[in-house]
Order: sequence, then C-alpha cells, then structure tokens
Amino acid sequence: MSAAAHPSGRPSDAVPGLGRRIGSLRSERRWALWTAYISLIIAAIVMLAPPLYMLLTSMKTSAEVADLSGNPWMVHAPTWENYAAIIGNPMFRGFFYNSIILTVCVVAITMVISVFAAFALARMKFFGSQVLATGVFLTYLVPDTLLFIPLYQIVGGLGLLNSIWGLVLVYPTLTVPFCTWIMIGYFASIPKELDEAALIDGANWMQMLTKIFIPVALPGIIAATIFAFTVSWAAFVYPTAFITRPDEMPLTIGVVSQLIRGDTFAWGQLMAGALIAALPPVIVYAFLMDYYIAGLTAGATKG
Amino acid sequence: MAQVSLRKIVKEYEGGVQAVKGIDLDIADHEFVVLVGPSGCGKSTTLRMIAGLEEISSGEIDIGGAVVNDVPPRDRDIAMVFQNYALYPHMSVYDNMAFGLMLRKFDKAEIRRRVENAAKILDIGMLLDRKPKALSGGQRQRVAMGRAIVRDPKVFLFDEPLSNLDAKLRVQMRTEIKKVHQTVRTTTIYVTHDQVEAMTLADRVVVMNHGVIEQVGPPQELYHHPRTRFVAGFIGSPAMNFIPARLEARGDNLVLLLPLGTELAVPEHRAERYRTHVGKQVTFGIRPEHLTDTQHISKQHVALLTLTPEVIEPMGMETLAHIKLEGTEICARLDPMVEAAPGVPLALAADMNNMHLIDDATGLVI
Repeated sequence: MSAAAHPSGRPSDAVPGLGRRIGSLRSERRWALWTAYISLIIAAIVMLAPPLYMLLTSMKTSAEVADLSGNPWMVHAPTWENYAAIIGNPMFRGFFYNSIILTVCVVAITMVISVFAAFALARMKFFGSQVLATGVFLTYLVPDTLLFIPLYQIVGGLGLLNSIWGLVLVYPTLTVPFCTWIMIGYFASIPKELDEAALIDGANWMQMLTKIFIPVALPGIIAATIFAFTVSWAAFVYPTAFITRPDEMPLTIGVVSQLIRGDTFAWGQLMAGALIAALPPVIVYAFLMDYYIAGLTAGATKG
Repeated sequence: MAQVSLRKIVKEYEGGVQAVKGIDLDIADHEFVVLVGPSGCGKSTTLRMIAGLEEISSGEIDIGGAVVNDVPPRDRDIAMVFQNYALYPHMSVYDNMAFGLMLRKFDKAEIRRRVENAAKILDIGMLLDRKPKALSGGQRQRVAMGRAIVRDPKVFLFDEPLSNLDAKLRVQMRTEIKKVHQTVRTTTIYVTHDQVEAMTLADRVVVMNHGVIEQVGPPQELYHHPRTRFVAGFIGSPAMNFIPARLEARGDNLVLLLPLGTELAVPEHRAERYRTHVGKQVTFGIRPEHLTDTQHISKQHVALLTLTPEVIEPMGMETLAHIKLEGTEICARLDPMVEAAPGVPLALAADMNNMHLIDDATGLVI
C-alpha cells in the first residue's frame, strides 16, 4: 500500500484496528523487555554476589574478617597481604603447577580420544555405532560421587594413589563422554558430501579427519577443549579421595586442605587463593566464548 | 578419458527395497550422457554406484575397460560435482581445486599449471584466493567444476549440479557446462530431474523410472519417438497431452473415437501400424505444439476442432491455451499473434502426422 494513498501516512487510518494491534505489539514487547531486564538483573546479582564477596573478603585482614560489627560488604582497610602470602607460598605455587600439568594432560588425552571416537561414531557407520554413541553419553550421566570408590580400588591397584598421574588416568572418565558427544554433534552437522568429495579427491579416512573434519569442526573442538579444561581444573571429588600428599595436590583441594586447619579458616587467603584459581578459566572463557557457544549449538539450526 | 559400462546393476537396500533394478548402459568415450527421471527413480543412486559412494548389490561397473566394483572411489579416477558444491569451507578456491592433486603427490608447479588452466577455462582466475563463503552460488559451482577439471579424470560425474541455482543462473551455467565439455571432452555422466537440462546438454539421454531405464537415445529421438507413455509424458514442456480414446475402423481408414463421440481421422500412412489395436482402448498423445491455431499448420492430415480455452498464458514467444477436451485437460501452443481469450471458442488443428498412440495395456507407444 503506497503512502500516496494515505496522505496522513498512517496506515491505521485505512485499516481499522491496525493501529491498536501495533500498539498492543509494542506494549507486549515492552513487557517482555522489562521482564527480561529484571530477570537478568536478579540473575546477575545472584551470580556475581559470591565472587564479589570473595574479592572483598580477600582484601581484608584476618582481624577485619573476624570483626562482625561492621557491614561485611565494606572493606575498611584494603590490603593485598593475602594475595602476597598465597603467591609467595611455594606450596601454593606447587598446587598451581600440579593443576596445570594435570589439566594439560587431561585435555590432550580427552581431545585425542574424543575426536577419533566422535569421527568414527558420526561418520564411519558400523554395526552398533548408534548404540555405542548413546552408551558413550550415558556413561557421562553416572556421577563421580558414585564412581570414586570403585575407581579408588582401580587407582590403588595401579599404585597411583597420591599421584597426579592417577588423576590424569581418572579425569578422562568425566571428560571423554561429554566431549565425544559434543564432537559427534558437530561432525554430524558437516554435510555428507564433504567427505564424499574428499573420498573422491583421494583422501583416506585419516586424511579426511585431519585435513577436512578437524579444520571445519574447529569451533566444536574448541568448545570440547574448554569443557575438558573446566572439568579438569575444577574437579574436587577425585583429588579429595585419591590425594593426601600436599606436594601432589591440585589447586582445588590444596587451597582448602592447607588453609583450613581444624576449625580455623584463613578466610582472606582462602578467598584470594580461590580467586587466583578461578583466573585461568575466566581468561579462557573470555577469549573463546564465541567458539564455545558456536560449538555447543552446532546443528541446532539448519545452516 | 574412458568408456563406462553398467551391466545388470542392482541396488537393493535393507528390507528388500530395490532402488535400481538391473540396468544395462554403455557410455562411449567423450560422450555426455544425462540420467533423467523423477525423484526416487534411481538416477542418483546409479551415479553414486559409478562413483563408488554406494555399494553395488549385484552387477558390474566397468570404467575404461576395468571392472571397478571393489575399487574405492579415490582409485576409480573419476571426479564428481555435487548439488551443494561440497567445497571445503576452510580452504581457498586454489586449495579446493588443488586438494585432490596434493593428495596424489603432484609436484607444485604441475598443480599450479593445472589449477590456473582450469581457472582460465571457467573464468575464475580472480577468485583463487577467496574462501567459498565469499563466492556466489554460480561461482561456487564453477569452483566445484574446476576441482573436477584439474584432476583430468577418466569420467566426470555431475549430481544435479544446477538445482541450487536460481533460474537465470541455471540457464547460464548450463551453457558453461556444455562449453566445458566441448573443451575438455571428458566422458560425462550427468544426473538431473530437469528434462530441459537433459535435452540441452546430452549427447544421449537416459530416462529412468522406478529403478529401470525406460529409454536411451539422443534428445530429439526421445522427443519425437518416445517408446513409452512415461517418456512421452516426461520429455517436453509443457508435457504431451494424453486423451483416452478407442481405435475404430471406418472402412479402410482408422479413426480415434474420443469419450464424448468426437472422431479424429488417423493418417493413412499410420493405419497399418495401428490396425492390430482396432477396437481397443488406447491413449491418444499429442504435443501442445501439434495442437495449434489453424493458420500456422499444414492442412494435410489435420483434425479441426473448435474448443473453448479455460486459461490463456501469454509467454511472449508463444501463447499456451489450457482447454478441456471431452473431459481431459489439454494444452495447445498458439502463435502469440493469435487472439485468444478464456471462454471464447477457438479454432484449433491437431497435426495427426505427429500423433502418438499408446497401448493402455502395456504403456508402450504403438
């Protein structure tokens, strides 16, 4: 309908009810936006309050933490002494080093296994591949709180208790199923014609994986890597169960075991240690968030 | 370059469904053969079996004198162009075209020479550094063809390569494909559901239906001498008109008796061929261009009809009139200068020299 036909330029003049509908749409949208903003603000407060409280506590002296008279959300005499104490402590640096070794090894093992497994399950159709793919995912649903006792027996049997190499062996049971599942989804979203074209071009299965699938599925691989990194960096149950020697502890249990003595909590250092421990995942997510989202939502829409 | 032979090729899926039911086909060296048919007729499955992407249930495929049933796709020396291009998204156009040669360990100078030569043939020299996502549909299809050309294979296989393009680009790319074939002369097997593509591109057209070959022949032969009702109806646009009729004798002559009593005289020179079917129910087939206005048709062996069009479609170079003839929807092709209007009776002439008669019992053209 041209504007010339309606000199007023308001289509609602000619179409009864149109103006009201637009108005109603706008008000619906306004309500939706308000609801969204309020929900997001509440969610942000709930999510950000603990780390903020950690940051504030980490900047207080032990005396200020123990003083219950003031507002706990205020820091009267900010100090970096907790951070200095943590960073200057060779044991803490050892925890950090253990966590890095552990995470790098687990991520490497996980990615090698899950990329190969996912490629085979998504593309090399063989007898039972569907059942196997579902089975892989089902193993992810078994919680580590249920597995740590039998795994303790296995790790103990292998003589790997009190060693980060025991954890390197055990963590992939948490990471491989989910990463394989993510990769199966990603590989399945790659058009079938691409591997057929590669086959005709002369590629064997290995070349197809390394030269076509891995580069094309890079966002998925990065998403899986981030997942493996997060799980491995933050795992708590297994190291608590398998490690008691401080020099073999990763950060998650090291901080807790060394800074809580009986009922004495070194709150300032605990919070500083936890925040330093949280830094690597935050950095990784900040840089690779887009890939992570692209990887997890692959195949959700036809693209 | 090579010839391709299919001998008693069968493709049977789990559950006993046969997609291809024992077809035989010989394709000569340098030939451009188009497999055409409706969805599910087995044409793509046949092509994929030739490529080695589908296993053959039984029969033999021979490329260049060697049976390739158990040869993997990479060793069949074929190149394939897919409907959705199947370009590697992370590689540049150059790398896409060079990939097959790199895997075959060609030296870099030879790869460059071949890629540049193919790029010149396809006029994509300026796109070599781009990624596929930065190309239009037509450019992507050229790159896909380039990837096939650089390999200099024995056989090119095209699987509905133009289906993703818009109508205008499709016509343009059709011409490009024909030009490329005239330049490189590689044996080509091309699958399409579009009979216009089949007619314009092919040296020979293979019409398939329900997993069998209905007819093989040059486009003109299929058009003018279809062997079955399916081919007669599938080839040609608008499709051939089919009108139920009974063949009757009137003395020495034969006539077609239409459902409501109209009689159309069969030309004498065809009477002998049709005489065995006198008294039988048949289908009278006539193409729209042979049912036209009375000014533009030779007067010999024509049946004159006055019919009332229901819909008139002016196409520019011709006008199509949709008419009901004794209960059957038919289409007539008129000269664009003829004044025709819906609901206004129109004098039409059916050129009985170009009639077809189909045996209803067998579906074969008599």
